[in-house]
Amino acid sequence: MSKIQYKNFEFWISNFQFKLVVGKFLFCLFFIACYQLPTFAQQDVNVLLQKVKAKIESVNDYEANGKMKTNVAFLKVPVATIKMYFKKPNKLKIKNEKGISFVPRGAVSINLNNILSGNKYTVIDIGEDKISGAKVRVVKLLPDDDNADIILSTLYIDETNLVIKKAKTTTKDNGTYELEMTYGKYTAYGLPDKVIFSFNTKDYKLPKGITFDFDDGAVKKPVEKNKKGRAEIVLSSYIINKGVLDSVFL
Amino acid sequence: MWNLLQIELFKISKRPRTYIAFIAIAAIVFIFQFAFKADGQSYMDLMLQSVKDDFTFERVKAINGYFMCYIILNTLLIQVPILVALVAADSISGEANMGTLRLMLSKPISRSQIIIVKFIAATIFTLLLLVWMAITALFLSMFIFGVDDMLIFRVKGDESQILQITKDDVMWRYFAAFGYATVALTVIAALALLLSIFAQNSIGPIIATVCIVIVCTIISNINVPIIDNNVKPFLFTSYLVGWKGFFYIATTEDGEPIKGSLENWSAIRNSLFILIGHIVGLVTLSILIFKRKDILS
Amino acid sequence: MSVVIKVDNLSKKFKDFTAVNNLSFTVNKGDVYGFLGQNGAGKSTTIRMLLTLIKPTTGNITIFEKNLQTNRKKILQQTGAVIEKPDLYKYLSAYDNLSIFAKMSGIKSTKLLLMNQLEMVGLAQRAKDKVETFSQGMKQRLGIAVALVHNPDLIILDEPTNGLDPQGITDIRNLILSLSKDRGKTVVVSSHLLSEIELVANRMIIIHNGRKMVEGNVAELLDPSKALIQLQTTDDIFAQQQLQQTKWIQFLQPNTTKLQLVMPKNEVPQLITDLVSKHVQLLSISPMHALENYFLSLTNNPTTHVESAAN
Repeated sequence: MSKIQYKNFEFWISNFQFKLVVGKFLFCLFFIACYQLPTFAQQDVNVLLQKVKAKIESVNDYEANGKMKTNVAFLKVPVATIKMYFKKPNKLKIKNEKGISFVPRGAVSINLNNILSGNKYTVIDIGEDKISGAKVRVVKLLPDDDNADIILSTLYIDETNLVIKKAKTTTKDNGTYELEMTYGKYTAYGLPDKVIFSFNTKDYKLPKGITFDFDDGAVKKPVEKNKKGRAEIVLSSYIINKGVLDSVFL
Repeated sequence: MWNLLQIELFKISKRPRTYIAFIAIAAIVFIFQFAFKADGQSYMDLMLQSVKDDFTFERVKAINGYFMCYIILNTLLIQVPILVALVAADSISGEANMGTLRLMLSKPISRSQIIIVKFIAATIFTLLLLVWMAITALFLSMFIFGVDDMLIFRVKGDESQILQITKDDVMWRYFAAFGYATVALTVIAALALLLSIFAQNSIGPIIATVCIVIVCTIISNINVPIIDNNVKPFLFTSYLVGWKGFFYIATTEDGEPIKGSLENWSAIRNSLFILIGHIVGLVTLSILIFKRKDILS
Repeated sequence: MSVVIKVDNLSKKFKDFTAVNNLSFTVNKGDVYGFLGQNGAGKSTTIRMLLTLIKPTTGNITIFEKNLQTNRKKILQQTGAVIEKPDLYKYLSAYDNLSIFAKMSGIKSTKLLLMNQLEMVGLAQRAKDKVETFSQGMKQRLGIAVALVHNPDLIILDEPTNGLDPQGITDIRNLILSLSKDRGKTVVVSSHLLSEIELVANRMIIIHNGRKMVEGNVAELLDPSKALIQLQTTDDIFAQQQLQQTKWIQFLQPNTTKLQLVMPKNEVPQLITDLVSKHVQLLSISPMHALENYFLSLTNNPTTHVESAAN
């Protein structure tokens, strides 16, 4: 995501409260009514979304301890002990306690505000689905702005707990991210205990001829074509709404 | 024997050329350290070129003493054979050139003893070079750049990898790597010693040693299957970089490095055996040839 | 008189070139043995074979009544040598050089011993100076100190006066004589100058093209009243058998390829008469008036004659 796009994004978010237009809302209703008639009878997705959002927005900031396991074909790194910081509206930082950790750039989208806080999108109700046995509501968000980096988001919402269990985000530049969240102690705040973040990475190639490597004669395995990366973050002990310094995000 | 070795070491210590190697190593190391202190980020960017948009990580921490030493060794261990040759190739030819060989050989010392002592002296010199490298490239870098987890950028077959070794798992690997490098460079010393038997001055054997190393290294790095399978295993230069094997940490199924492990210890061990075999072969050949040689210098 | 060096039928071939050809000679204890020959005559090759630097193609060397091949270490412990130029470690001091070679000779050297040794060759003042600052003469003297540091019984000096000034030459000469007379050492000195050998040696050998020309006591060989006679007959073996029965046998040079006799000049006619009466068919008889002339006749370069005569 380029800097300019980020800026735009921030701009929408900060102006969100003022940009809520009833006409848009009606249009959405109409849109959903036309295409999603069978589910229309259920809870209105926009209301649901607002509830979810309200819950998320109840958290101004947090700091959480966690462990991050990165699973990328070319990256052989140990499980990192991390601290995750968040501050409204959309600051998120993953810092490692010790050592070096590779943090996927897309991991900032763990911050669901990023997906939800803009209002310039069209909401489409896809219906119901199940994630590990639990019923979820599937909602697609289509940003109205053609220049937005996010092309499409699909949210799987637990209607009972008002939390997003899974989110798929397709971006222009960085492919598709997928978030899978498991909730526990912090369900009330809409904060997950575990996040599995899947993302696309480019193939890693060292510049040719820069290393003289030791060829141990081992049988060469064909390179995996799958360039999906995964980061599994297990979070514990959130400190919520106790203030986080801005300097943390620098 | 001990007396003779003392004499050899004394002679080596009194020669200016001995110190050229130490100065050269220090100079290269300092240049590296200066360059990385000033602009290590660019190097990191280059190494991570293709994925730098996908990940963020702490570059400053990544350019630490352990990483620096690896980078320096990576470059330096290709040049050090020249420095080893500088002294080892002078062993016999230098004495022949100075005219001291005939005097030495008319003393009640066997020729085998002379070769063995010369070889041990060259090995000690090699060892000291590596100790010096450890002091400058490792310990001094640790002092300048600090210590943290170590990143290894590696090409394995057709794929590139980034390995991360936690900082508490690095030091023993360096000791092992320096040990391995000593064995590898001792092969060069043994080769240079053998070549020095044939010459009347040290320039010829130094150049010959360096040429052999360069040619074999180039062949070792030609990535063509026919050479990979039929030629590479027989070239000692293919095993010179085996010290890196100590930094290739084994990983679990899902790519998590296992602390204290090696990916392929048996390959390192076999390489060590091959190198030691070369040393034994070259020294034995040196003794056989030297024993039969008429000293006309 | 015990034999220190005994060389039998020694030959050395380098590919097609025969450097030493079937050479035999004997050096006795206490001898100053002159090894005379032109440059390239085979002196250095022979000396290197005595010091195990070169392996003989054929032949046998016995030193101190032990076979050199099998008792190399023991023999070399009692041998000191300066071989051609006295090359030493230029980057080391005189003292360090001496100390190194003393250790190599297997002796425990003390500072006192080393300094005494340097004193003997007049280099005590320069003990700490690097050899690269030394003149040729100083190097030569240091080389001799190195050769003598372990107090060997046999000393082999290959062209020890090469490159020395007249004073240096005299000093070396006196040193050789004192080693032999005062300390009972056996010294082998090689030179291409007869005059040099004449002044120090009691016995000598002349070699030419790797072969022995003549061997004997210097005084006898250089006696002006004596002549070196070379006989050429139709049957040398028959001639030698006939000589066995006569007084002439005492003059016959052993181990030479030709029939050579060193004998009083005035008795040559009598020898001829005797040989003829014994039915030896003489083809030629070549009297070499004196050894010096004979030696000079071996060299092609007339300037060498003048130099040797002048020396």
